[in-house]
Amino acid sequence: MSREAQSLLVTLLGAAVLRLGWTDVYLRYVKAGLRPYLLIAGVLLIAIGVVSLWRDVLVRRQPSASAEAQAVAAAEEHVGHDHAHGPAVAWLLVLPILAIFLVAPPALGAYSASRGSAVIGKPASGFAPLKDGNPVDISLSDYASRAVWDKGRSMSGRTLRLRGFVTPRDGGGYYLTRILIACCAADSRPIKIAVTGASGGFPANTWIEVTGRYTPGIERDGNEAIPRIAVSDVREIAAPRSPYEQ
Amino acid sequence: MTQAPAAEHAPARAGQPRGIRSLDVLAGLLLLTVAVRPLLGGVLDEPAVQAWATVFVSLVIQAIPFLVLGVGISAAISTLVPPSFFARALPRRPVLAVPVAGAAGVVLPGCECGSVPIAGGLIARGVPPAAAFAFLLSAPAINPVVLIATAVAFPGRPMVVVARFVASLLVSVVMGWVWLRFGRTAWLRRPSRPEIGDLRRWEAFRVSARHDFVHAGGFLVVGGMTAATLNVTVPRSVLDSVGGNLLLSVVVLGTLAVVLAICSEADAFVAASLTAFPTTAQLAFMVVGPAVDVKLFALQAGTFGRRFALRFAPATFVVALCCALGVGLVLL
Repeated sequence: MSREAQSLLVTLLGAAVLRLGWTDVYLRYVKAGLRPYLLIAGVLLIAIGVVSLWRDVLVRRQPSASAEAQAVAAAEEHVGHDHAHGPAVAWLLVLPILAIFLVAPPALGAYSASRGSAVIGKPASGFAPLKDGNPVDISLSDYASRAVWDKGRSMSGRTLRLRGFVTPRDGGGYYLTRILIACCAADSRPIKIAVTGASGGFPANTWIEVTGRYTPGIERDGNEAIPRIAVSDVREIAAPRSPYEQ
Repeated sequence: MTQAPAAEHAPARAGQPRGIRSLDVLAGLLLLTVAVRPLLGGVLDEPAVQAWATVFVSLVIQAIPFLVLGVGISAAISTLVPPSFFARALPRRPVLAVPVAGAAGVVLPGCECGSVPIAGGLIARGVPPAAAFAFLLSAPAINPVVLIATAVAFPGRPMVVVARFVASLLVSVVMGWVWLRFGRTAWLRRPSRPEIGDLRRWEAFRVSARHDFVHAGGFLVVGGMTAATLNVTVPRSVLDSVGGNLLLSVVVLGTLAVVLAICSEADAFVAASLTAFPTTAQLAFMVVGPAVDVKLFALQAGTFGRRFALRFAPATFVVALCCALGVGLVLL
């Protein structure tokens, strides 16, 4: 692979990373806290790529450009001779660039949730009382944790509001679902809550907001624990800015 | 893929008629993909393909800042830090240099993708390979960021953090010594580096950084594709059937760590969610992951050569399982 092509790849990859971090698209792939590092990495890659590209073109256009540019060129030619098939693998960098600019794959959804195992970790300390408000907003992981490890006691008598997407359930109905990530989508695991009551019907991956109350009963399957919620109201909503819970 | 045509190695002269160069191939490839993209619509809408693509992009994107950091440090080591620094900083006898380099891993905040190019840079700067490998294995596992993440993932159980630190440090030192005793330099491809002796420092830094990044980045993509494939095709429910057998569960979670290639800053959270397993098996997951996984294997093969990686990675896997089991039995 020639020096110009290498420089161009580095520049394009930098642009791809910068574009992800600049918009909210990066939230489909990694945790929010990684944003500054993505931006810095993108800028650095573009800087190195553009400076290199400029140098490469300078050397090619004007053979007598500058002694230093010639020295750089010579040094880099040396790499090319040194190991013939090594740099060929650099071509693969085209794949993430194309994936980001042309495809921008969507956030993990119902497909991954139905294959993943919804395990609810035991929290370290007890459960603080819910915030004020009627209905009170609560995350799916908080709801599931209180349902499984506190038998829903800290939620009894309260009207709750949750947001998630639809994962169809074997044998009818659906799960209100959210994907939990620690760092990036590769370490994801789903949180699923079986919806009972006035649940209506939605296609997979529809984002919904449900209002309802805790109801006892946990579906268990292996390590999986799926609590239930009795809903009184369901409405379709737009996908939230950040698709995952952390 | 395509071999670079021989023409580009000859110094090009202005006005000279030129053949097809890799830049043209690259431009053609990009244009072609843009043109073909609408035809791929149906395939790309398959949920399994989408999940694969998402996990692939996530793995690569998440690794890039760390790879940039690692490549930057590596380039700085090989261009800005004088070789005499390492000669003074490390004990002269390699047997002693190994534990010192292993313990030095505490200072590098980051995950495993960054440590491979750094180890390459250290070797290029005259550090004994055994010491560089000890650093390579310990840095992603025992730095403060990872230890704090572990403490958060296992609240109220500080012994898990201690066990992780001890077991990972042990792995790195044992593997350093194993390399001293059994390793052969012939397995090691000399990390190819630009000849930067004559250049100004910053120019040398840039040349070396671009070369390392393009190189390691290509192998990162190989590792990312492998890990994404396994991640999407291996159903987690397989794990439910393993049950309580300690030895079996240690091996299973160790293998899972290799297969999933999760960043060392996040693996504690995944380990903590594997509640059906004994804590020692969860420890094995966290000790194996930063030391050897499919993504790291690709990066190591790219930096040090396939002959090295084929020997080093399986040995690391066995040593890591033994260390995790031993430390787990004693401390947990």
